Amino acid sequence: MTLMNEPINRGEHKKKYCRFKKNGIKYIDYKDANFLLKFVNEQGKILPRRITGTSLKYQKKVAQAVKRARHIALLPYVTDSLK
Amino acid sequence: MESRNYEAVFILNPVLSETQMKDTVEKFKNILLENGAEIEHEENWGLKKLAYPIQHKKTGFYQLLEFKAPGNAINAMEVEFKRDEKVMRFLTVALDKHAVEYNIKRRKGEFNKKPEAKKEEKS
Repeated sequence: MTLMNEPINRGEHKKKYCRFKKNGIKYIDYKDANFLLKFVNEQGKILPRRITGTSLKYQKKVAQAVKRARHIALLPYVTDSLK
Repeated sequence: MESRNYEAVFILNPVLSETQMKDTVEKFKNILLENGAEIEHEENWGLKKLAYPIQHKKTGFYQLLEFKAPGNAINAMEVEFKRDEKVMRFLTVALDKHAVEYNIKRRKGEFNKKPEAKKEEKS
């Protein structure tokens, strides 16, 4: 009996794109907490580029905006139940 | 001294009375005006819940000041921020041209009409 591993369906993989380039967003506002929530996971950590697909230039702007928002207590540094 | 656009957000202690809060905001505006700044926009978000307690307080009185100022005004203002215990936290940010354009759009209220979708930040 030969061992046969059954095929795993990898699921259709849609191309990730940088939403800032696509929408022409030039400035990421650190005061807008609910927009920044899209780039932060449940524990309040910044999502990596491989998940969000943003380009390096805008990922740095997102990271800086999130850190500023954390400084003025709009976003938590660490939490267990965000969103 | 060439003047640039800045934006300062600061959080006041919530235990203050209404008048005390107004005076502190006035005080900071006067410091800026003395140093040759011109206040372009001023916003206060009132009492807001903090994401984490600051000085054991759960809420804070948020105030935003957007202004055009020469460099030395910032230093004077920040020293005053540090000195004043009513101010729990402050953040001064220089604005580039995209930021200024964004702020003008925000003031016109162009963003809240659109649904809360991804496009909300279109600038």
